Amino acid sequence: MSVTKPLPHDAAALHVTGAARYIDDLPMPGNTLHLAFGTSDIACGSYSAVNLEKVKSAPGVVAVLMADDLPFANDVSPSIHDEPLLATGTVHYLGQPLFLVVAESHLAARKAARLAEVDYIEDTPILTIDEALAAGSHFEDGPRIWTKGDVDQALSDAPHRVRGEINMGGQEHFYLEGQAALALPQESGDMVVHSSTQHPTEIQHKVADALGVPMHAVRCEVRRMGGGFGGKESQGNALAVSCAIAARLTGRPCKMRYDRDDDMMITGKRHDFRISYDAGFDGEGRLTGVDFTQRTRCGWALDLSLPVADRAMLHADNAYHLPAARITSHRLKTNTQSATAFRGFGGPQGVLGIERVMDHIAAELEMDPVTIRQRNYYAAMDAGGLSAPRAARPPEDISKQKKPGQGTRYAGQYSPKTEVQTTPYKMPVTDFILHEMTEALLKTSDYHARRAVIANWNRAEPILKKGIAFSPVKFGISFTLTHLNQAGALVHVYQDGSVHMNHGGTEMGQGLFQKVAQVAAHRFGIDVAAVKITATDTGKVPNTSATAASSGTDLNGMAVANACNIIRDRIATCLAELHQTSTEQVRFEDGQVFVGEARMTFAEAAQTAYLNRVSLSATGFYKTPDLAWDRIKGEGTPFFYFAQGAAVTEVVIDTLTGENRILRSDILHDAGASLNPALDIGQVEGGYVQGAGWLTTEELVWDDKGRLRTHAPSTYKIPACSDRPDVFNVAVWDSPNPAQTIYRSKAVGEPPFMLGTSAFLALSDAVAASGPNYPDLQAPATAEEVLRAVGRARG
Amino acid sequence: MDVTFLLNGETVQVKAEPTRTLLDWLREDAGLCGTKEGCNEGDCGACTVMVTDEDGAKALNACILFMPQLHGKAVRTVEGISGPDGALHPVQQAMIEKHGSQCGFCTPGFIASMATAHLDGRKDHDDVLAGNLCRCTGYAPIIRAAEAAAAEPVPDWMTDTPPLVDSPGYAPASLDELARWYWEHPKATLIAGATDVGLWVTKQLRDLPDVAFLNRCAELRAISETDDTIHFGAAVTMTEALDKLRAMHPSYAEMIRRYGSTQVRNAATIGGNIANGSPIGDNPPALIALGATLHLRQGETKRDMPLEDFFVEYGKQDRQPGELVTGVTIPKTAPALRCYKISKRFDQDISALCGCFNITMADGMVVDARIAFGGMAGTPHRATAVENALINRPWTAETVTAAADRFADDYTPMTDMRASAGYRLQTAQNLLHRYLAEMSGEATSVLEVTS
Repeated sequence: MSVTKPLPHDAAALHVTGAARYIDDLPMPGNTLHLAFGTSDIACGSYSAVNLEKVKSAPGVVAVLMADDLPFANDVSPSIHDEPLLATGTVHYLGQPLFLVVAESHLAARKAARLAEVDYIEDTPILTIDEALAAGSHFEDGPRIWTKGDVDQALSDAPHRVRGEINMGGQEHFYLEGQAALALPQESGDMVVHSSTQHPTEIQHKVADALGVPMHAVRCEVRRMGGGFGGKESQGNALAVSCAIAARLTGRPCKMRYDRDDDMMITGKRHDFRISYDAGFDGEGRLTGVDFTQRTRCGWALDLSLPVADRAMLHADNAYHLPAARITSHRLKTNTQSATAFRGFGGPQGVLGIERVMDHIAAELEMDPVTIRQRNYYAAMDAGGLSAPRAARPPEDISKQKKPGQGTRYAGQYSPKTEVQTTPYKMPVTDFILHEMTEALLKTSDYHARRAVIANWNRAEPILKKGIAFSPVKFGISFTLTHLNQAGALVHVYQDGSVHMNHGGTEMGQGLFQKVAQVAAHRFGIDVAAVKITATDTGKVPNTSATAASSGTDLNGMAVANACNIIRDRIATCLAELHQTSTEQVRFEDGQVFVGEARMTFAEAAQTAYLNRVSLSATGFYKTPDLAWDRIKGEGTPFFYFAQGAAVTEVVIDTLTGENRILRSDILHDAGASLNPALDIGQVEGGYVQGAGWLTTEELVWDDKGRLRTHAPSTYKIPACSDRPDVFNVAVWDSPNPAQTIYRSKAVGEPPFMLGTSAFLALSDAVAASGPNYPDLQAPATAEEVLRAVGRARG
Repeated sequence: MDVTFLLNGETVQVKAEPTRTLLDWLREDAGLCGTKEGCNEGDCGACTVMVTDEDGAKALNACILFMPQLHGKAVRTVEGISGPDGALHPVQQAMIEKHGSQCGFCTPGFIASMATAHLDGRKDHDDVLAGNLCRCTGYAPIIRAAEAAAAEPVPDWMTDTPPLVDSPGYAPASLDELARWYWEHPKATLIAGATDVGLWVTKQLRDLPDVAFLNRCAELRAISETDDTIHFGAAVTMTEALDKLRAMHPSYAEMIRRYGSTQVRNAATIGGNIANGSPIGDNPPALIALGATLHLRQGETKRDMPLEDFFVEYGKQDRQPGELVTGVTIPKTAPALRCYKISKRFDQDISALCGCFNITMADGMVVDARIAFGGMAGTPHRATAVENALINRPWTAETVTAAADRFADDYTPMTDMRASAGYRLQTAQNLLHRYLAEMSGEATSVLEVTS
């Protein structure tokens, strides 16, 4: 079976030889021009005059464009058209593009872009959460509030209460390949755009609007990105649109790539949050009610901030049943980069809020935090809920199903027998498997024994302290903007039996192309090498959703399977007729096609179908079933299912300096029936380290003028090689997804990111060993923050 | 400038502007796009290439490597790490099998670092790869690949013999020649490893019309020893210095192990780290704590000074126009020297503060103290108030506590993106406590703790 095989990434051999092409590596026509933005030096205000004479006369400059020079839409927003490509007289953040330089070389464009003389009229920027709250600077009409039950009553009745606040910083994506685009002008005003984007259809759309042409006149192609992580969901628009406009103007190919510092100054990052909580609980640590207030800086433009903030609310429960809850979300408008999508998309922030509550309760009651967590988990079946451990379903052969994905939600014998617990947004939780995953992980990680050993170690060590912590994740899978949960595919079988596969998903390193190719190979019963993986292309599959929300394989895998099934059925019908048998007697296995007693190679079958004038090309389509919710009320079923996972992390801190390290991490992650365990484990390992980085060394610092001071890897520190855990045990919980996903696999891109939370909680645990008080650790837990927390713990 | 070097086994001769980077030349002129630009400042390693000279093979960042620095050397890019017939190098094969690439953009740089380390037989993978950032994998599969490839033989195509070339005018071969040239061109820029000057070009976009390269100057590259002292020529790289320091000054060496990355240490020089006058260079505090003597030369005139006197104020050193740093001399033993580098990330991170302590005890009393910090002021300098509060007092916790308070007299640190003023001062004080604890045999380093 090609599904379930731990095959390497499809482009691994190209990666290691340097032959894999990214945008800046594509062969270019010799007359290609290069672009750079001139950007704002102030965070807020306007400008009375911009003198571009020196820019225009700089060596190699071909053209310089300002907003008034743009022929059509001046808009690169992915949402509400509030993000002009070039500023229109007012400045909203430091780093905002004011003008566009078109030059003969990348270096010439960069040099010229620095030569403008701008007379600014500076206003006082709104930079911080407090400043935005004070100024009433919100997106939407004030805070969004969701409630479940009577939280005020629950809190006032609660035997115990904790209140607190946790700040968590943003995060720079630091995709190794910076943003890049290349536009190639075609005849009759058409445009071909190569973009490093997770969302080729949006590139096509924004470019079409900017050129004043229908979408059919623009084709966007994406073979691969050098990392995305959400940072290329909308942030590539500006470059692609710039290239297309300049190409239209000059008639020459135009390429733009940001220098790293420009990339970090211009593009959006993860939303930073401040979450305050007021939680009521009983003497055993069971929550009775929680009141969360989430405040996030969205930056200057809306971008994707609404669904990000929604997802933070949707994950305010993480894995825990909240009998009563109020979640208030402030989406604040500030004079900073427009915060954008980043792996987890608000989920990690929501999760950290409730995990902090769990820790705080455990500290109040002086109980093991794992026990508190287990007690608050969504109910298992033996406690009267649906989500208890159940016997593993037998492996299901869905190969006979003609239309995978068109079935109904997990039901029938698994239907609720008693009232099902619901999330704060009132979705029933019917697939909760963290009880048994937790038990398994606590055992393999030897958590309880190690916790005792660590306590002894800490008593003996005056300066260094260890900490250990467990954290789970339950992550909702589906785009919360329901219409995005659709995908298309285009599959051709050639008469030699080779297969050309295309779908709307983009490859950013996650291994999507390989996993989907495995699906296609499996449908035809052929080797995966016979399936040609091709670049995402809006000319082949239209109206695609961004490759985001962990949905790539779920959506595109199903769409490709459906396309393959159509072709397979046509071949089967043809062969059955020729062999005077029924289509049920036709099987596709091991590179062979069996027709009753006869057999032939897949190539022979394809050749036969071709000679009998059977179409060997098909499109496939898929939409996720059973999604419906009201995001204003915060009610309904926004998710198809939940992906889950858990981690135990051990750390050590130095109470003199705050320096700290991860010593060991044990992870058990739910990938459903994994399509490719090697690639899935890669997502888990990488997601964990990236999540731990967010909460430890990765600190974004803006000065009081709104200038980002950490705009290069010299000052912004993502995890380096030695920052990974010394001992790093990762396993997948290989159990079929109850929801009818492609081969019962589960999405795996974002959920493991949140397992990094365990590293943060372990640091808090280590700090707590240094003094009597609750450490109140804030994120990111840099050495400096850990030292501050040691001071708080000691009082 | 005329530059002759070997590129993936073939001799090339090019005319290059003095500050044309190897990375730009490879990608724009040579059509070799395997080597990537990730940050253009030597911090991410996506542009790593293997460079071989008479001292062997080393990994370097091509983005801040100027073409004239390559004269007489051999360069191997990712395209040349596979065999001429396309055969994969063992590290390439292992990276595929161990799933060491995801997005693949950092991979060519990793391959170059790993193949160079494989050639040199290195097993300290974390140090080898500290200068290669990967955002996808979490590094674990890459380390598995490095371990899996370690036992495989080095492919024959990996051994390069650099071409024999004459010393060009832009890279004087003797100190006399260099000193004369600089005396005549006092406004010129001297380029050793270009780990700092490289960023003037790639980030500040400066033109540097008048430059000389130091890497062919034999005297500046020399390390010499007497019975009591060791002298590092100014152009000794930090890799070479580290090799010497490991046995002599292990704590200093451990700090240098975390200085930059393998690629940076292979280029950066000890003289450059002094001469640029940075308040956050890591060598000066260690060297000052050791009582280093700095050597300068202007034309024919030579002079020496205690290193701490060289740093006058922020941005100003006691160096005359046309005068160059030629080297530094330190004692060979200082068993009480301890160097503490504090940064957000352990590897390849500029220090928030770097404190170096060299306190001499006799009969339980402090008889001498040399304490110097970087990152605490506009220059690296000694903590004289703290030293005075220690000398002639018993070496006890009470003395240390009282002396630590005096750091506020020595330093008024600033707040920036690396740390706040408060953290810097508190940590400086705490480092004196760490020193006491370490000298008493207590565990003080999180780097030495295991699960």
